Amino acid sequence: MHRESLKSLSEALAGGKISSVELTQLFLKRIAGFNARYNAFVTVDEERSLAQAREADNARAAGRAGPLTGIPIAQKDIFCAKGWLTTCGSKMLSNFVSPYDAHVVERLNEAGAVTLGKTNMDEFAMGSSNESSFYGPVRNPWNVDCVSGGSSGGSAVAVAARLAPAATATDTGGSIRQPAAMVGVSGLKPTYGVCSRYGMIAFASSLDQAGPMAKSAEDMALMMNSMAGFDARDSTSLERPLEDYSRDLAKPLAGLRIGLPKEFFAAGLPADIAQSVEAAIADYRKLGATTVEVALPNMKLSVPVYYVLAPAEASSNLARYDGVRYGYRTPEYRDLEEMYEKTRAEGFGAEVKRRILIGTYVLSHGYYDAYYIRAQKLRRLIAQDFVKAFEQCDVIMGPTSPSTAFRIGEKSSDPVQMYLSDIYTIGVNLAGLPGMSIPCGFDTQGLPVGLQVIGSYFDEARMLNVGHQYQLATDWHLRAPAGV
Amino acid sequence: MSFTPDDVKRVARLARIAIDEREAIEVLGQLDRIFGLIEEMRAVDVSGVEPMAHAYDVTLRLREDAVAEPDQRELFQSVAPKVEHGLYLVPKVIE
Repeated sequence: MHRESLKSLSEALAGGKISSVELTQLFLKRIAGFNARYNAFVTVDEERSLAQAREADNARAAGRAGPLTGIPIAQKDIFCAKGWLTTCGSKMLSNFVSPYDAHVVERLNEAGAVTLGKTNMDEFAMGSSNESSFYGPVRNPWNVDCVSGGSSGGSAVAVAARLAPAATATDTGGSIRQPAAMVGVSGLKPTYGVCSRYGMIAFASSLDQAGPMAKSAEDMALMMNSMAGFDARDSTSLERPLEDYSRDLAKPLAGLRIGLPKEFFAAGLPADIAQSVEAAIADYRKLGATTVEVALPNMKLSVPVYYVLAPAEASSNLARYDGVRYGYRTPEYRDLEEMYEKTRAEGFGAEVKRRILIGTYVLSHGYYDAYYIRAQKLRRLIAQDFVKAFEQCDVIMGPTSPSTAFRIGEKSSDPVQMYLSDIYTIGVNLAGLPGMSIPCGFDTQGLPVGLQVIGSYFDEARMLNVGHQYQLATDWHLRAPAGV
Repeated sequence: MSFTPDDVKRVARLARIAIDEREAIEVLGQLDRIFGLIEEMRAVDVSGVEPMAHAYDVTLRLREDAVAEPDQRELFQSVAPKVEHGLYLVPKVIE
């Protein structure tokens, strides 16, 4: 049962083959058995989950059931969930029990989904390998000596190791797509503004976006139907009618125009990743798609631009952690300033402090125009490249990540190398576009390779159709690590 | 761009993060490398380009000037490090 899709679990619940309580117990048992090995969850609260499952069973008995009613899912620990410890992977929030629900959590609760637990993540979502979590690295189920990718590594591994059928995640520079690629699951970052950021702990507000992770595009469509939606409490939430993200799944792909940016296949891309991605594109041609070369000439600037803008926004957002209203406070201090400075020095980890320092510097007097404003101008050029490319194609495809999962510790001493892990994903966040990663093969070490699909604004249903049709024709998404 | 330990300490002070000499030196090398990467931005002519602060060029929504949230002071203060009589406690700032 733990290998089943969301759709078939929903059918099993509807057909009375299993109750939500039984299904939740099954996954809780798996988490208890495997979490020590993978470190995917930071908080599990069996009683709370089972109470929610009982409610779902009652709702079903009363004839009030939707497609997600009674389905257990994992929540990334960046989402505030009422009564749940919500740490964001940081010592700073290691004692924070949220008094409210994030909008995404609220929507999933209303749909009847059961929260299985909170998943591990890079501290404040800052990282590409899940090594910056206060709770230690999340291990890759394909090789436990390798990273899971970040920052949603816990959610990705929860799905890959079949500890949860689906999970919520967030993506600021690739944090859904890159871990999805590294552990062989499907992950979607929607268009910026489609999912509310209310109650999602802020990192870089103009880039952060919530999205689903699941075993297939079809399951992600089900998750999106509940996660997306307007919320007046987030000023950047878009007022759009609710969509059915499953509506186009069955459409054939004949006539689909795939744009292939030459920048995605330049020197430096390992041969085995290139081969898997090219084989996937060949599969798409067999399904009736045509390909066209497109150009993203400013793509090489996306990493430098991101590492000005994201830290600038982070330094502002993380100013709220001062030890006064919530979270960690240093035990010893003489005055207010020392309390702030020691609280922040002790509460934040090295990567978070580094980014706050970068952000503070680029926003400081004398450097603001040279760094921050210049980066915002380049952001426009990067976004315009995508708009121009979409004049020639319906979706853009390429690799999700320039490497498969690397060994734990391999890049941790060199932040620049680590930052370059997101080179193919960051541009999508800067432009606010939707992006998706689906499994498309394995490297010579047996580690998963991800295919990135980038859509035009609000084209999620089309992208999920593109993912689903490929997954009907291939079985990469069904492969599971040994012992899982 | 080349940082000195004093630059790092100055920025850390602005960010309200305590940092000692050893940490400042450690961070310095990393910042030098990161700003080396960031310097690549200088190669492009951006004259005439409007800065893009948001993923779309939108105007922020306005809401009704009306109370929308209930009073949840006690709930929110229940997670504070130190509270007394409904107030957040911090060290004395005025003698």
